[in-house]
This record gives sequence, structure tokens and C-alpha cells, in this order.
Amino acid sequence: MIKEDRWLRETYVDLLMEYASKDERIAIVEADLARAAGTLRFQETFPERTVDVGVAEANMIGVAAGMSAMGKIPFTHTFTPFATRRVCDQVTLSVAYAGLNVKCVGSDPGVTAELNGGTHMSMEDVAIMRNIPGMIVFEPTDSEQLKKAFPQIMEHYGPVYIRLLRRNAVKIFDENCEFRLGKGIVLKEGRDVSIFASGIMTAEALEAAEILKEEGIDAEIINIHTIKPLDEELVIQSARKTGAVITAENGSIINGLGAAVAECLGENCPTVMKRVGVRDHFGEVGFTDYLQEKYGLKAKNIAEAAITVTGLKKTEVSR
Amino acid sequence: MYDIPMIEEKALEVRKLTIEMIGRLGVGHIGGALSLSEIIASLYFGVMNIDPQDSKKADRDRLVLSKGHGGPALYAALALKGFIPMEELNTLNQPGTRLPSHCDMKLTNGIDMTTGSLGQGFSAALGMAAAAKIDKNPCYIYTIIGDGESQEGQIWEGALLGGSKRLDNVIAFVDYNKMQIDGYTEEVNGLEPLDKKWEAFNWHVQTVDGHDVEAILKAIEEAKKMKGKPSMIILNTIKGKGGYFCENLVTCHNMPIDEDTWKKAVDLLERGKA
Repeated sequence: MIKEDRWLRETYVDLLMEYASKDERIAIVEADLARAAGTLRFQETFPERTVDVGVAEANMIGVAAGMSAMGKIPFTHTFTPFATRRVCDQVTLSVAYAGLNVKCVGSDPGVTAELNGGTHMSMEDVAIMRNIPGMIVFEPTDSEQLKKAFPQIMEHYGPVYIRLLRRNAVKIFDENCEFRLGKGIVLKEGRDVSIFASGIMTAEALEAAEILKEEGIDAEIINIHTIKPLDEELVIQSARKTGAVITAENGSIINGLGAAVAECLGENCPTVMKRVGVRDHFGEVGFTDYLQEKYGLKAKNIAEAAITVTGLKKTEVSR
Repeated sequence: MYDIPMIEEKALEVRKLTIEMIGRLGVGHIGGALSLSEIIASLYFGVMNIDPQDSKKADRDRLVLSKGHGGPALYAALALKGFIPMEELNTLNQPGTRLPSHCDMKLTNGIDMTTGSLGQGFSAALGMAAAAKIDKNPCYIYTIIGDGESQEGQIWEGALLGGSKRLDNVIAFVDYNKMQIDGYTEEVNGLEPLDKKWEAFNWHVQTVDGHDVEAILKAIEEAKKMKGKPSMIILNTIKGKGGYFCENLVTCHNMPIDEDTWKKAVDLLERGKA
């Protein structure tokens, strides 16, 4: 698998600028991280549609809500922990409860906060945003997917949390890829175990499928880019087929993707499953590779979990 | 320029309706609603460019009642103005109502922003002002914050931004009734010198008697002339103003009111005795 040449944030800014040039409702509200988001070039081109509130995240969300009330489509941005837990009440009330249309971008999700370390490493951002009624939680996998998603995010009236990797994503999709917000994507069909993965864990899941193949296990790999609303139909359909489920996410397993899948299966089609993700830990400083090893976010961890659940499935059948 | 006796009459109506609304329910945020009667009447029957027949028109002036618990005072004005039916005022906080304790733009015709979590409405008002500047929309954004609310950090994040970005289409008010839930504001976490704080944040600051309609209107006209700076008008008010049972009572933030009490209070106001 190969990494993309450009950082994902550059694709995000390309899209913002492309759509802003034809839709004057688009504006950005930054909190002194325009440089980190790469939106300085947006600011240069559209200075009147840029509000940098400085280091004041709560105010950023409130200002964006007010702009939305005047008909704008504001994109706010800061690092994931500040985009979610720091402004949880502002996003909940001033945006979602008020029925406004703000797109909240959180960058550097999970372990990809790397050298900013534990203070800047949100494991719980998905959990927080998933609990806000009406919030769409979307994690683009690579640049082609983000390109496909952007117009749909624009067309949707309502808040969207965009969990944005800033750096180079592993290339998963090509320009002809199909995309619907809220619809998972089957990357590889399989019979023995379903692996639902989001963000950087999608590439790990594909690599895990290769490991599993050598073990004689035929894994189905599904990219869940929209964690909320979850594509329940696809989750249930795949779980019924394989009878064993793994989830893989770059963040806490508590109330994240794994929890969403577990809730869906628990209510509709109880299935043996395991969640690969951060198991109730804070983050710490380090490079992504080290942190993925530390928290068990590598392909081998997904493969091990898949071997375990397929074993459990056999036990279930023989009982 | 303004029909001051008419606006004073509307302020009295707002005050009576506020007491009746909360009284019929039996409990509510009476104190901080009653201190708003004159500012609300001044805005809705004096200065604001609004049209109940076209309540969403793009160039209308907006009010963000950031101290969202003052909702009943605003509902009274909206009913008197024709945004909502008068009889709907009796539904305050009843099951399925469109008039909840705190302002909700999704529920109530004429409400410009959902508020209730203190400090947040003020930010939204600044965002509205920023958007109006982008669109060259000539509207004014009015916002009322509480004095207790002024202890929220988000107010000062907004204060800094409003001054820095020269949002002179914002005219803000602080309902300075000097009381909050836990006691006197100066004792809980003092704001003084409040005017100097706002001046230091590059706001144009005026201080007026918040129950003097003429003084309020004059200050708003003065604020409109101020270019390059947002305006803060500090309204010296009395919490529970005009309610014989609650005026200047430090415990009147949210209190029970029985039927005899609210009826007597309305009667006293009608006879000009309160």
C-alpha cells in the first residue's frame, strides 16, 4: 500500500476553495490554527470570509453558529480534542440543538497527533460527537473519498464532524470510487469474518486480510467512513453472512465505531465480536507507528482479534 | 423620534404579562425577566427593524437574548408585536409548548437565536454581526447578557473579538441588576469596574438607568453613531422590578409564585401602585 503524495489537509483546503468560489455561503472560522489546517491560502483568497477568533475555541463555535443563523455555511477547525471535548456544550447547544449548519473540522485524530502528545490526542472525540443528536460523524479515509464526500457534506443541512487526518493518508480509493454519506464500503468480500474499519485503520484492516488469508481465514473488509449515522443495514448483512465481527478504530473503543457496531448487532443480530482500538487510555507523545504498536492498532492486532472471534464462532456452532 | 409614552406603556404590558405568564405556571425565572421590561420594549416597539408579517426578512435587526432565562419577557413582546398569538403565552413550559423557559429559535417565531447555556448567545451575536458585514447587510445585532453571565469566560472571548474586529453593528446590553443565583454579584465574583473592563476591550461604553425608556433609546441612538467600535450599554436595573413580591429580592432568580400573589402584582401595576 502506498501513501498519498499530498497531505489530506491540502485536499480539504482545495475543496473549500473550489466550493467557496462558486458558493458564497462558505466561510471559515479558525482559532489560531489556520496554519495547521493549511487554510492560510483560503484566507488570502477569501479574506472577507475568514474569521480567525484567536485562541478561543468556545467563541469560535458560537461565532460560527451566529454566522449559520445568517445563512452562512461556516467550517470551524481546531485539533480534535479542542474541536470536541473543549467545546462540547457549544457544539451541542449553539449548533446542534439550535438546528444550525456548522461543519466542525477536527484535525490530527487519535494517535496521529504524534508529537503534540497526550494533551492534544483525543481518544474520545468520536464518542462525544456521536452522542450529539443530529450530528453526522465522518472520517475521510483518503483524498479521493474526501473529494466525493465534500459536495454531500455541503448539501446536507446540519452539523457534520469531519475527523480529518492532516498528513498523508494511505491511498485506498481511486477517482471512480462510489460514495454516499452514511453508507459503508465493502473493500473486499469474505466469508469468515467481517472487519469494519475507519480512518487510518482501514489500511491496517486490508493488511490484516492478507495475514488472515495465510491462516486460511477469508475476511470481509468494510470501510465505515460515516460512524454516525451507522450503515446498520450493511453491518447486519455482513455479520449475518460471516458470523464474526471485528471493528478497528484510531481512538477509544468506548462509544466509538466499535461501540456503534456492537449496539447495532446487540439489538439486531447478536454476533461474536472484538473491538480493536484504544482500551481506555490517554494518549502520549510519539510517532504514529510507535503509538499504533503501543495501543494495539496494527494489522497484526486486527488479525489476532479476527482469529480469536472466528474461533469463538466455531465454539458457538459446535455447542 | 420615538413615541416614548407608548413604549413605556408597552414596557408595563411586558412586565404584567411576564408576571402573569410565570404566575399561571407557578414558578419561573421572574427576577431577571422583570429587569428586562424596558429594554425589551425599547427594542421591539422602538428601534428594531422587524416585521411580524415577514419575520425572517434578511435585513431585519436581530436580538440575541444571551441570558436565555429572560425568555418570558421576550415572549410577551413577541405576542404584543404579533409574532405569536397572545393566548399562546399561557402555554409557557406546558407539555409540547413553543415557549420554553429559555429561548429556542426552532420553536418560537421571532426568536433569532437559541440560548440558555450562558455566554454562548453573545458569541453567536458576534458571528451574526460578522456575517452581516460580509453580506453588507445593514442590520444591527442587539444582544443582552446578564451580569452573572458576565462571569463566563466566553463573554470575554467575545468581548476581545468584538473590539478587535470592530464589529460596530453590534449593540450589546448588560442587564446589571447586581444579583445572581448565589447572591449579590459583587460578593459572588465581582465585575467592578464593569464599564472600564468593556472600555479596555475597545467597546464604546455607556451606562444608563435600565428602567428609563428615554435614556435607553438615547443611548442606542448614540451607539448607532459610533463607527469602528461595538457598543456596550450597561443597564443599571433592579432584579424583579415591578413585582411587589420579588423586587430587589436576592432570592428572586427563580421562585414559586401563587395565584393570589401574581394577581395582586398585576393589579398593583395596573393601578400604578407598584
